[in-house]
Amino acid sequence: MRQFFAFVAKEFRHIFRDRLTTAILLGLPILMLFLFGFAITTEVKNIRLAVYAPAPDDATRAIVDRLAANDYFILSRTLADPSQIQDVFARGEVGLAVVFSENFQEEMLHTGAAQVELIADGTDPNTAKTLVNYAQNIIAGYQQELLRDASVPFLIIPEVKLLYNPSMKGAYNFVPGVMGMILLLVCAMMTSISIAREKETGTMEVLLVSPVRPLQIILAKTVPYFVISVIDLATILLMAVYVLGVPIAGSLALLIGTALIYIFMSLALGILISSIANTQSTALLISGMAMMLPVIMLSGMIFPIETMPWPLQWLSQAVPAKWFIAAVRKIMIRGLDFESVRKELAVLSGMAVFLIAASLKRHRTRLE
Amino acid sequence: MLRYLLEKEFKQFGRNKFLPRMVFMFPFVSLLVFPLVANFDVRDMNLSIVDHDHSPMSRRLTQKASASGYFRVTQVADSYERALRGIEDDTADIILEIPSGFERDMVRQRSAAVMIAANTVNGTRGGLGSAYLAGIVNDYAGELRAELMASSGRLVTPSFDIIQRYRFNPHLEYRVFMVPAIMVMLLTMMCGFLPALNIVGEKEKGTIEQMNVTPVRRFEFILAKLIPYWVVGFVALNICFFVAWAFYGLTPVGGVGTIYLFASVFVLAVSGLGLVISNFAKTIQQAMFMMFFFVVTMIFLGGLYTPVASMPDWAQRISDFLPLKYFIIVMRSVYLKGSHVTDMLQPLTALACFAVGLNALAVVSYRKRS
Amino acid sequence: MKVITAHELTKRFGNFTAVDAISFQVEQGEIFGFLGANGAGKTTAMRILCGLSRPTSGVGTVAGFDVSRQPEKVKASIGYMSQKFALYDDLKVWENIRLYAGIYGVPARDIPGCTDEVLRRLDFTDGRNAMVGSLPLGWKQKLAFSVAMVHNPRIVFLDEPTGGVDPAARRQFWELIYQAAESGITIFVTTHYMDEAEYCDRVSILVDGRIQALDTPRALKQQYDAPTMNEVFFALARRAQRGES
Repeated sequence: MRQFFAFVAKEFRHIFRDRLTTAILLGLPILMLFLFGFAITTEVKNIRLAVYAPAPDDATRAIVDRLAANDYFILSRTLADPSQIQDVFARGEVGLAVVFSENFQEEMLHTGAAQVELIADGTDPNTAKTLVNYAQNIIAGYQQELLRDASVPFLIIPEVKLLYNPSMKGAYNFVPGVMGMILLLVCAMMTSISIAREKETGTMEVLLVSPVRPLQIILAKTVPYFVISVIDLATILLMAVYVLGVPIAGSLALLIGTALIYIFMSLALGILISSIANTQSTALLISGMAMMLPVIMLSGMIFPIETMPWPLQWLSQAVPAKWFIAAVRKIMIRGLDFESVRKELAVLSGMAVFLIAASLKRHRTRLE
Repeated sequence: MLRYLLEKEFKQFGRNKFLPRMVFMFPFVSLLVFPLVANFDVRDMNLSIVDHDHSPMSRRLTQKASASGYFRVTQVADSYERALRGIEDDTADIILEIPSGFERDMVRQRSAAVMIAANTVNGTRGGLGSAYLAGIVNDYAGELRAELMASSGRLVTPSFDIIQRYRFNPHLEYRVFMVPAIMVMLLTMMCGFLPALNIVGEKEKGTIEQMNVTPVRRFEFILAKLIPYWVVGFVALNICFFVAWAFYGLTPVGGVGTIYLFASVFVLAVSGLGLVISNFAKTIQQAMFMMFFFVVTMIFLGGLYTPVASMPDWAQRISDFLPLKYFIIVMRSVYLKGSHVTDMLQPLTALACFAVGLNALAVVSYRKRS
Repeated sequence: MKVITAHELTKRFGNFTAVDAISFQVEQGEIFGFLGANGAGKTTAMRILCGLSRPTSGVGTVAGFDVSRQPEKVKASIGYMSQKFALYDDLKVWENIRLYAGIYGVPARDIPGCTDEVLRRLDFTDGRNAMVGSLPLGWKQKLAFSVAMVHNPRIVFLDEPTGGVDPAARRQFWELIYQAAESGITIFVTTHYMDEAEYCDRVSILVDGRIQALDTPRALKQQYDAPTMNEVFFALARRAQRGES
C-alpha cells in the first residue's frame, strides 16, 4: 500500500509540474461555462427595424410605436420606397421590415382587407422565427385592444407556462453538457495520454520490472485524474449555482452519485484506450476521434438529438455521455427523482462495469 | 530556392496517409453530416393534449394544432398530472390543456382560456414551441370570431391580417444557415491550423534545425509551408460549392468572385494566426491545446450558432477580435442575400487588418536564432 | 589559413553560463574534435558557430564571416549535421539530396549530376528511390553527412554524428570524414566516443563551458601521462561541477 501511495504522489508531481496542462485542466470548465452560460443565448433583443408605410396614419403610427417601445426592437429606418427593402437586408442593416398596405386605417376600419407584412431576414431561421413571433404578438395585442374598444371580443387567452426554465436561459441546457464533456476529457483523454506517455518513453518497462503489481501502477495513474475531475465537478456545480444562477433542483446526493458512476466509466475508458495505444499521438487521436467528437456531436450537449435523422439517433444510444447528460438534466434542472432516471443510471452502470472489466482484462493479458 | 521547398512540401503532402484524403473527405463529411447533427430546427414537437371539455369547439382546436405541421400528438391524457408525467419521461415536449366549459365560456362570455405548458430545458425549443401553439390558438380565435359574427349578421369589425414572410430562406431551413458557416470553419482548419501543426511537427522532429543552418530565409520557408495549404484550401472550398449545390441545391446568390476575394483575405488572416500558434508551441500536444481553445472560442463567440447581436456586451467585444465572425457574416450574406463587396466594406477592412496584424505578429515572434 | 576563430565566446541563459569565454582557432583542412561530457556546452558552442544562436558576448568568425553579424553568410558557406537525424523521412533519398542542393543554390541543371555524384561516392546508387525513413541508421547518417556537403562547403559541422550505431558503421563514417578532409574541407566534430577523438588532428576538451585542454591527441596523452584519450578525458572531466542536464 505504501508503494501505491508513492506512485500516486509521483503522478501528482508529473501533472502539476506541467503548468500549461494543469491550467487547462482546471481552467477549461470555467472557460466553457462562461462561453456556454453567457455567450450562447437564444434570447433575441435589439433587433433593428425598418418600416414602410405608404400612407402613414394613426393606426400605422400606433403599431410602429408599440413595436419601437419594446426591448426587442429598435426603429432604425423609415423607408420611402419598398425597393429599398432588398438593400437594407443585403447590407445587414435590419433584421425585420414591417410593411403596411395602402390606406391601412381606412381598410382596417371598413373592409377588413388591411394587411401588415412582417418580413424577416431568414438567414438565421430561429432568430427569424422568434422575432417574427414577438412582433406578431405585439401587433396582436393592438388588434385585441381594437376589438375590445369595438366591444366584440372573441378571445382565447393562452396562458403559457414555461416548465423548469422560465427565464429560458441557455445555461440550463448547457451546464449538464459541459459536465459530461469536461469529466470525459479529464478522465479518459488525460489518463490514456499519460499512460501512453510512459509506454512511449519506456518508463513503463522500468515500472513493470519493479515489484509493484501492474494493476497498482495503472490505478495509481488514475487517482490524480479522479481528484482533478472531482475538483472540476465541484467548480462546475458552484459556478452553475452562484455565477450562472442555475439551481440544483433535485437531490444533490443523487447528482453526485450519477457523476461518480460516469467518472469511473470514463477512467475505465481511458485505461482501455491506453491499452490499445502505444504512443501519445495515437492515444490523442483515438480519444479525439472516437470520444470527443461523438460527445460533442451526438450526446445532445449542444445539438438536440431529437432533430437528427434516425441512424444518428440510434448511434447516439451508444455514446455514454448522452445517458449521463440526460440523467443530469433530469436530476439537476428538472428536479426529478431516482425513479425517472433509473433507465439512464442502469445503462451508465452497465457501460461502466463492461468497460472496467474489458480494460482490466486487456491490461492483464498485455502486461503480465 | 522557393521552388525546391515547394516541391518538398507538395511531395510530403501527397505522401501523407491522412491529409490528401482529408481534403476530399472533409468537405463532404462536414457538409453532409454536420447540418444533420447541428439542426436546431423546431419541428415535430411532441404534443400532449388534455381536453377536459370534449366539445366540438375544443376538438377543432386540437385538430388545428395537430394539422399545423409543427406538432405531433403523442399523447391524449385525462389529467394535467398524467401529461406532466409524459414530459418527465420525455414522451411529450409540450402540453395543451383545454379547461372544461371552454365552449360554454366562448359562447356566453365571448372569451375563454387555455393553458400551454412547455419543457424549456432547451430554451429555443420550448420557447418557440409555446409561441407556435399560442399563435395557433390566436388564429383559431380569429376563425371563430369570423364565423360567429357572420352568423349573427354583424357589421364588419376593425381588423387586419398579419402576414409573415422570410427573405433569403423562405422555408427557414436550418441547413441553409449552417452550410456557408461550415465552409468558414473548413478554411480555418485547412489554411490556419494544418500548416501550424506541420511547422510544429518539423520542430519536434528536429528537421527545422537543419533548415535553420541553411541560407533559406524565414520568409521563404514559411511561404513554402503556406502556399500548399492555400491551394488545398481553395480546392476544398470549390468542393464545398459543389457539395452545397449537389446535395442542397444551394448556390451563392451573390458572385463567386466576391467569395474568392473575401476568402483570400480571410485565409491570409488565419494563416497568420496559425503561424503565431506554431511559434509559441513547442510540441504538437501544446499546439493542439491552443487550437482547441481558439476553436471553442471562435465557434461559440463567432456567431456560428447564435447571433452575435444577442450576446452580452463583453462577449460582443471579444467577438470583434475574431476574424471568423466577419467571414461568417460575409459568407452568409453572399450565399443567401447576394450582397456585393460594396455592402461589406466594413468586414473587408476588418479582415484586412487581421491579415496584416496577425502576420506581423507572426514575423515578430518567429525566431530563426535563439 | 584560419577558417574558424573564436574569441572569448560566451553564451548565458539567465544565470546559467553554458559557454564560458572560449577561444580557439581551426586551420583549413583540419579535423577538429570538440569533446566534452553531456551538458558541457558542446552543442551550444557549435550552434553559435553555425549562426543558430546569438553569442552573449565575444567574437566568432567562420569562413571569414562574423557569426553574430553575418549569420546568413556563414550559413551559406558551411554544412551542418545535427545529432538528431534531420533529413525528411517521407522524402526519397534523391529528393532529399535535390532539396538541399536547391536550397544551397546549386544551379538547376547541375542538380541531377550532383545527385548522381553523391550517390556514387556513397556507393548507394541502388538506394536512390528508397524512402529515407526506411533506411538503417548507419545509412541515414552517411546520407546526412553527404547532404551536408552537397554544396561543397569549406567547413562542415558535425554534432555527435555517430550516436547509436555499431563500430563498423562508425568506421565507415570516419572514412567519409577523412575523404572530405583530404579534399581540403575543414571538419568540426563533437563526440563523446574517445576512440574517435584519436582520429582527430586536434581536440579541445570542454568542461563546464570552458576549454580545459586543446592540442593534438598525442600531445594531450603525453601531457596527462595517459595511454589513451579516454583517460585524458577522465582526468579532466572529474573536475566538472555540473552534472548532466
